[in-house]
Amino acid sequence: MGKTIAQKIFDSHLIDNPADDIHVIRLDAVFCHEITTPVAIADLIDRGKDRVFDPSKIKVVIDHVSPAKDSKTAMQGKILRSWALRHQITDFFDIGQNGVCHALFPEKGFVRPGYTVIMGDSHTCTHGAFGAFAAGVGSTDLAVGILKGVCAFHYPATIKIQVTGEVPSGVYPKDIILSIIGRIGVNGATGNVIEFTGPVVDRMDMASRMTLCNMSVEAGATCGICYPDRVTVDYLWEFIHDAYPSKTAALESYQQLISDPDAQYSQTLEHDVSTLEPLTTFGYRPDNVKPVREMAGTPIDQVYIGSCTNGRIEDLRVAAGILKDRHVDPSIRAIVAPATPQVFNQALAEGIIKIFMDAGFCVTNPTCGACLGMSNGVLAEGEVCAATTNRNFNGRMGKGGTVHLVSPATAAATALAGHLAQADIK
Amino acid sequence: MKNFSGRILFLDRADINTDEIIPAKYLTEITREALQPYLLEDFKLDGFDPQSDISVSSVIVTRSNFGCGSSREHAPWALEANGINLVIAESFARIFRQNMFNCGMLAVELPAATIDHIIEIGAGNQASIQTDLDASCFALEVEDQVEKIPFQLATFDRTLIEAGGWVEYADANY
Repeated sequence: MGKTIAQKIFDSHLIDNPADDIHVIRLDAVFCHEITTPVAIADLIDRGKDRVFDPSKIKVVIDHVSPAKDSKTAMQGKILRSWALRHQITDFFDIGQNGVCHALFPEKGFVRPGYTVIMGDSHTCTHGAFGAFAAGVGSTDLAVGILKGVCAFHYPATIKIQVTGEVPSGVYPKDIILSIIGRIGVNGATGNVIEFTGPVVDRMDMASRMTLCNMSVEAGATCGICYPDRVTVDYLWEFIHDAYPSKTAALESYQQLISDPDAQYSQTLEHDVSTLEPLTTFGYRPDNVKPVREMAGTPIDQVYIGSCTNGRIEDLRVAAGILKDRHVDPSIRAIVAPATPQVFNQALAEGIIKIFMDAGFCVTNPTCGACLGMSNGVLAEGEVCAATTNRNFNGRMGKGGTVHLVSPATAAATALAGHLAQADIK
Repeated sequence: MKNFSGRILFLDRADINTDEIIPAKYLTEITREALQPYLLEDFKLDGFDPQSDISVSSVIVTRSNFGCGSSREHAPWALEANGINLVIAESFARIFRQNMFNCGMLAVELPAATIDHIIEIGAGNQASIQTDLDASCFALEVEDQVEKIPFQLATFDRTLIEAGGWVEYADANY
């Protein structure tokens, strides 16, 4: 019987099969940030196990609240900083070099096809865009990952989603993933990996694939995965050129990971996007989606462009294309947070930061802050935000606040209109 | 091993996420105990009052996809800090479920019809669960009535419960 890409990765990393379909797998990378790692460190210290399995495979960033907003967040940074120093973890990204983990670590080449990655962060599924198995875990799994370089999972079942059709103008990867979540539901992929395949995914750049995989957890998935292809190799080439004689050789090696034709799936869906429109969420679940058109005019207090879902340069370019030579409505507070220093620098070089500032946006440093209501754009009770983030849970961006999840294009158009609005399609 | 028995808190809604269980603003706490006052602080449900309902309860009975969203292990810790070590649901989000067992806590899935039944006879009454782990059986006590409800516990999940969690098991075995 054939295997899926996730099953091939599991088989090549198997350490133990302690019971039933539980596979303990070897980890190629353990990612850490300052919210869920300090508790894992404290736990290891309490148990007399303050060790790391391999400092070169542990990558650390302070990103959720940066700069620190108070004494408690400063202490979380301090604990992480001293721990990284103590264990000679050199890939540590502190203020000035830090950015949203799921945008920063791919930029650094830390994720490769066939890798196994965990992090104490549910959006770790983003890294599956590179043909890796990457899963969010809690602090105890993280502690064991740090200590032993292993993690236990059920042997992966997979839902295959073939994205087909021509993507209409004005429709973006965010709209596609919202439409998929709306179709299968917040529980639709629980216990499964989602394979995103098909001609639409084949044509996507890495940023778009990361947007797709990023929100797979919003349907309950363990990981989203795209097959590694020429786009993946081109993105990674600066990091892998010493390991392969040519891009073609790298491609041939990576493509052995691709699911076998006779692999077994728990479900296979075709998802035709030819008639898709820009979407928004409503209410407090990410599977509550409808066309922006049907919600146009909904009052909005704040627009937020950023996050691990949509804070990359490709996202900022789309928004800037809409904002150029225009100004946000006076009723709107508009915030953009480039996801990494590299994104920020690139946006500066392309004149995008100036477009945002001329339009009346507040440009913040790279951080996760506002997305989870911790800093840099928290909502007041009763306020509404159109955000390019990933969760519209009740109070997610601040107690009593409401979030509409949208694409960067819709966010920009909303900022200009002063209420929820679809971008003009050129 | 932890205590898996006591008074039931009924949370009769699906898709309760970890932001609702413990809001992100409390993720700056370093100790588990510090989370104790904030469990389900902003959770809105008719008839639910966090002030009075949590302190008397040791077991949660709820619907599907409990613990979805953020991976924060602060969610099971906030339960544990309030003496709640057992959640019974129609289904769980993967990360939350794993976090429970990794902490030596118990997350048990029961069929939707059984959850319906427990809520129907128990909600609004003095209802409690006594857990017999060896027999994989709950005794549901509502007023003076006692009803046996068998459950399934996977081998590895049981191993983690008995080992007191994943860290000790993994360090001993790998």
